[in-house]
Amino acid sequence: MLYDTLIAPFTEFEFMRRALAGVIALALGGAPIGVFLMLRRMSLVGDAMAHAILPGAAIGFLISGLNLFAMTFGGLIAGFAVAILSGVVARSTELKEDASLATFYLVSLALGVTIVSMRGTNIDLLHVLFGNILALDDQTLLVIAFNATITLLVMAVIYRPLVIECVDPVFLRTVSRSGAPTHLAFLALVVINLVNGFHALGTLLAVGLMILPAGIARFWSRDISGMIAIAVASAMLSGYAGLVLSFQTRVPSGPAIILVAASLYVLSVLFGNVSGLVRQLFPGRHLEA
Amino acid sequence: MSVRLQFRDVTLGYDRHPAVHHLSGDVAAGALVALVGPNGAGKSTLFRGIVGILKPLAGHIDLGGLNVRDIAYLPQSADIDRSFPISVFDFVATGLWRSTGLFGGIGRAQQAKVLNALAAVGLNGFERRTIGTLSGGQMQRLLFARVLLQDARMIVLDEPFNAIDAKTSADLLELVKQWHAEGRTVLAALHDMDLVRANFPETLLLAREPVAWGATAQVLTQENLLAARRMCEAFDDSAAPCVADGLPAQAA
Repeated sequence: MLYDTLIAPFTEFEFMRRALAGVIALALGGAPIGVFLMLRRMSLVGDAMAHAILPGAAIGFLISGLNLFAMTFGGLIAGFAVAILSGVVARSTELKEDASLATFYLVSLALGVTIVSMRGTNIDLLHVLFGNILALDDQTLLVIAFNATITLLVMAVIYRPLVIECVDPVFLRTVSRSGAPTHLAFLALVVINLVNGFHALGTLLAVGLMILPAGIARFWSRDISGMIAIAVASAMLSGYAGLVLSFQTRVPSGPAIILVAASLYVLSVLFGNVSGLVRQLFPGRHLEA
Repeated sequence: MSVRLQFRDVTLGYDRHPAVHHLSGDVAAGALVALVGPNGAGKSTLFRGIVGILKPLAGHIDLGGLNVRDIAYLPQSADIDRSFPISVFDFVATGLWRSTGLFGGIGRAQQAKVLNALAAVGLNGFERRTIGTLSGGQMQRLLFARVLLQDARMIVLDEPFNAIDAKTSADLLELVKQWHAEGRTVLAALHDMDLVRANFPETLLLAREPVAWGATAQVLTQENLLAARRMCEAFDDSAAPCVADGLPAQAA
């Protein structure tokens, strides 16, 4: 019975196995990035960038239909363009980066939906907006795994300066020149992982498996390495449970995954041992020293 | 004694407005110099210029062959994100950057160094705490521990004893004296005149323009301090471009 619910879907159906592999790769790459986005107070930036990818992917779609490489390539270009443009606008004018990002992402979303509707059907539009993790083909899976691998490798290289840049940017500037390259590499990783998420969860939910696990982790660890481990674990758990949920009910897979992550998030807010609400309400007797 | 730091008609500032105006002079290697002046006198700006965060608007700062990386800089109330989840140990260990760099491991020898530095500032037992749980004074001790680890030939301290209790500032002052005894060049921006008179042989009194520079007793006179207080005004938005470039410094 339990076996039928939790394991059978994956042993019986190949598309479920693919989806699981995809979601695990997404979790490995995206969750650590999400933790750093959160700690740098860039969660919404990630969200905005996710939408910014859309027009690029949509142009790829317009030119060659639901072609993996065209859409990936277009998405990467659009993502980098928006990241750089909004950075430039924020630095050279009075407009703050969040405001210029909001503008860019609204325009991008409108533009993307328009482009897709010009050629595609409503089903294509749904695919672009919400992804379809149950329809991952070999190529897409490979791209996702490749991107996750790249992410982990690059993170290993820039981890130390990235942490120092978050805590004490002035110090990093006085001891090393690696600040700016580190920041750029990090932004590139954000875009790559958003494109990853885009294939599985669509433009609207792509950032979900990055941000929600990071939020969850914040309530269970006081230390950055612990946070990253918890974020990855909870992203994988959400992915697995979401797939099961979507298989057993008729909830679409992308939203199911995000909803599972959201319930974990609510549980963490309530019961987390680092400043969870219940912990705050009933802190126990104060200590002697 | 050789010259460590040379200011050649340096002007530093923001948006073309000078915050340090036409400063010239030398700091000898191994000197212990106090930098004194009212708020807004340009003390922090001068330090930012020395460590290369701020490019001079005019003039040149010569580090006497030192690389900017050989300077340990303790900024004022730092831009440190204290909510970031990093332990006291890890934070201090970043002071080893010059020897570890991107990938260098932190082996037993380095761990001992970190623990020694923490003990030297009286923070033993704090290793596992996150930096967000430290008080202001403890945070300042932590920053000193990192400077200790940096093992730099020149040390620049921006108001290191602000809002710090007497015991802590006495402890940290001992560290400063120790650095001086080891032959390191130390510059410190300070507000406590008695502390400067008692411990710092040389003083630069700055009020955007340099007011006086030399032996502490001759610099910290009543007239000089009054002059410094008068000279420090707000930026004039309609100020004309400075024509004194290349000429000796003059009070505006």
